[in-house]
Amino acid sequence: MTKAKRNRLIYNIVTYALVIAAFLILQSMIANKTITRSLKGQLVPICCWIVMAVSLNLVIGISGELSLGHAGFMSIGAYTGAVVSGWLLNAFAVENTLLRLVLAIIAGGVMAGILGALIGIPVLRLRGDYLAIVTLAFGEIIRSLVNVLYIGVSDGRLRFSFLTKDMPEGTVMLVDGAKGAVKIKPISTFTVGFVLILITLFVVLNLINSRAGCAIKATRDNRIAAESMGIPVTKYKMIAFTTAAALAGMAGALYGLNSSTVVPTQFTFNQSINVLVFVVLGGLGNVLGSVISATLLTVLPEVLRAFSDYRMLAYAIVLILVMIFTNNPLIRSFVNRLFSPIKRLFRKNKQGGDIA
Amino acid sequence: MSQQVKRRANTKMVPLQSDAIVPERDINKAPVLEARHLGIEFGGLKAVDDFNLTIGKTEIAGLIGPNGAGKTTVFNLITKVYEPTMGAVLINGRDTHGMNIVQASKLGIARTFQNIRLFDQMTVEENVRIGLHNQIKYNMFTGMLRLPAYWKQEKKQHDRALELLHIFDMEKLADEQAGSLPYGAQRRLEIVRALATNPSLLLLDEPAAGMNPHETEELMENIAKIRDQFQIAILLIEHDMSLVMGVCEGICVLNFGKIIAKGTADEIQANPVVIEAYLGKKKEGQA
Amino acid sequence: MIFLDNLINGLSLGSIYAIIALGYTMVYGIAKMLNFAHGDVIMVGAYVAFCGLQYWGLPPVVAILASMAICTVLGITIEGLAYRPLRQAASLAVLITAIGMSYLLQNVALMIWGANPKSFPPTFINSTTFRLGQLRVSSATVITILANIVIMVSLTLFTAKTKMGKAMRCVSEDRGAAELMGINVNRTISVTFAIGSALAAIAGVLLCSSYPILQPTTGSMPGIKAFTAAVFGGIGSIPGAMLGGVLLGVIEIFGKAYISTELGDAIVFAVLIVVLLVKPTGLLGKPVREKV
Repeated sequence: MTKAKRNRLIYNIVTYALVIAAFLILQSMIANKTITRSLKGQLVPICCWIVMAVSLNLVIGISGELSLGHAGFMSIGAYTGAVVSGWLLNAFAVENTLLRLVLAIIAGGVMAGILGALIGIPVLRLRGDYLAIVTLAFGEIIRSLVNVLYIGVSDGRLRFSFLTKDMPEGTVMLVDGAKGAVKIKPISTFTVGFVLILITLFVVLNLINSRAGCAIKATRDNRIAAESMGIPVTKYKMIAFTTAAALAGMAGALYGLNSSTVVPTQFTFNQSINVLVFVVLGGLGNVLGSVISATLLTVLPEVLRAFSDYRMLAYAIVLILVMIFTNNPLIRSFVNRLFSPIKRLFRKNKQGGDIA
Repeated sequence: MSQQVKRRANTKMVPLQSDAIVPERDINKAPVLEARHLGIEFGGLKAVDDFNLTIGKTEIAGLIGPNGAGKTTVFNLITKVYEPTMGAVLINGRDTHGMNIVQASKLGIARTFQNIRLFDQMTVEENVRIGLHNQIKYNMFTGMLRLPAYWKQEKKQHDRALELLHIFDMEKLADEQAGSLPYGAQRRLEIVRALATNPSLLLLDEPAAGMNPHETEELMENIAKIRDQFQIAILLIEHDMSLVMGVCEGICVLNFGKIIAKGTADEIQANPVVIEAYLGKKKEGQA
Repeated sequence: MIFLDNLINGLSLGSIYAIIALGYTMVYGIAKMLNFAHGDVIMVGAYVAFCGLQYWGLPPVVAILASMAICTVLGITIEGLAYRPLRQAASLAVLITAIGMSYLLQNVALMIWGANPKSFPPTFINSTTFRLGQLRVSSATVITILANIVIMVSLTLFTAKTKMGKAMRCVSEDRGAAELMGINVNRTISVTFAIGSALAAIAGVLLCSSYPILQPTTGSMPGIKAFTAAVFGGIGSIPGAMLGGVLLGVIEIFGKAYISTELGDAIVFAVLIVVLLVKPTGLLGKPVREKV
């Protein structure tokens, strides 16, 4: 086994082990009732944000494209999840919450994935800044459209209407325009969230280390050279983008079914930026980093009230400083020199390693 | 006056009998590359004009000319980075009209770049593996689920990558980051990566640029070795005349986008038009 | 009559977009970056003018000049501190930094001026309403459209005639060559940011004269739409920014009036997507060939 391969294997094992260990510890804390109330309420959202961060990292870190509409895919998932769950309950009387949750998450993932593919076809032909602004535009379009979307169930079938609320008497509303998805029965569980994280890690890590992942990274590093090697660039960007969209949809479904309402304002551009901060702070291309930073930055505002007030300010500064520190050649060489004695110390028994 | 061929849509080009400079290897064989009346205009400026070149199987040809003569543009036309506005490119007898870079690559062209374009953040081995990409047959789901086919192909890929790196004795560097290699090694890695795509025509854009005389000599031997081992044709752009004259069997000289001379090394060295292009016109009365 | 009313409103809104779009298009053309924080400079400009009018009791013209001065300094500072260290970096890194800068400005504004929307005081800009038969046109509309035309003409003259303007065009064509010709690239980019930010201050005042609600997020949506306008017209082109801005404003107002009020933004963004797919270089943009 080569050195690079061994490092990658260790990195993957550490990632999985850390997530599983955290789950086991939290489960035992729940069993012992030593967990605080606010932390317990945060468990499912943490799972959602981890999935969001890891999937966005696939687009930004691995495929090298800045997508600013990730929250849009999350909202698609949340709405689809809420509708599917409500439909199953009202039309088919499916009482089993786990079955409803799993079906809702799958539906959310499929919906967001399809939309991701549809958006990706035109968008991924664009480059750099244009792609960023168009994904932002799509995110905003999705938000505007769900704002005037009405979905209800009556007589066992789904009814859709657009712009105006045009529903027969006695319809149970599932999505009510600007009020969002209403009267959701919260059915999300931490265990399902944990399984979703494992699935996400499995998909993303295996994708990165496969033939397709290599091609995606090559496209990021040098588009023309990748094409000259016979790599169909757009196809591989599509794979990364669609996979990320589907995962965001699944996270959205889990997130939506964790509360009683979902409103369009929960999935604004700001939310996309939040996830971007998780990815940037965790390190572009670093999956484990995304998991850790998503967890910390979701828990921190709950624990530290003072931090919660200045959260967005701190995020803004984080974005700027991380970018300058990792991209300015002068600062980078300075930092490298600063850390080189420490690195030499670790060289003998180096653990992990960057996968990107 | 040469006849200009304005390209019409849907006219299928068929390969002509090769008029390659090294005919003995081309008897009854279609040429690997045929450029016919090839040309491109950038906003009224003819960067390349009426470019005709045929390269036979296993021929090593050189493309030389002063700076700005349009040499790299010819490469970009052959590899379909640019769509020619005039003429046609045939690769292994297939007309490349309307194809993109990826399709051209699949027909069997591989290239290196004047300003090195490696995948800097990936390892040396991964760079070579990208070249192997289209020869590895497992789909995305096999890769995601890590089915046995994945491991088998991974092993095969790894062995093949090291085999290719062995050409330049670079196996030891397999785990290094490509961007951190010294300049000469980066150039060599680009050649290995191009070879990994299993091409029938290899285009080298200034392979010896920035190399010292010793490295250049080594490269010269390796170019001949590569041709013999892989049985491929090579077309190279180079300013180092010792390399061009030493290794190229046929040489084509380009100036202001037009071919001014074609022939063997000796013919080119004696050609007054070429000397004029490189050194300028001699004044009357001067020796 | 309603049609004419909408058209005039559209022209007025479009003129504001055009002035903002100029900032984007100049910076994009010269520094080759999307200055995401530009929209928030507008917000700062509007707040400064608001403070000048409301708290310091300055006459409107002085308040606007003060706001322009502060925005100019702000623009140069942003460029020097955040963007200059990333001159050689990948566009992904620069864009993320610019997004960070946008959020920084919004949150600093939030700390200084609070989240409560402020109502922008009336000035000479929106003092009267002209009547043309049944048609009522506010003076803000007239002044906005006039300001747009004046700015456009003077900027075109500036880039065509002055030494600095020529330097800008050089840097935009080929930064390396410009440097070799002795042009101070960093200074040229600073001046570009200064002009863009001063224009942003004017746009901020005009925006708040027509839509007098001021809060820390006031600038972000018009900013994004103005970028859309710049892309629509062809990024890097000054007449393109004007054309794109005016068209986009008209499209937005007509979309809201005749299709759906809620979908106004969606229509604007749909325009952007269609333009980028059909003609990625925009209406008046020049195609750029990647050098291989």
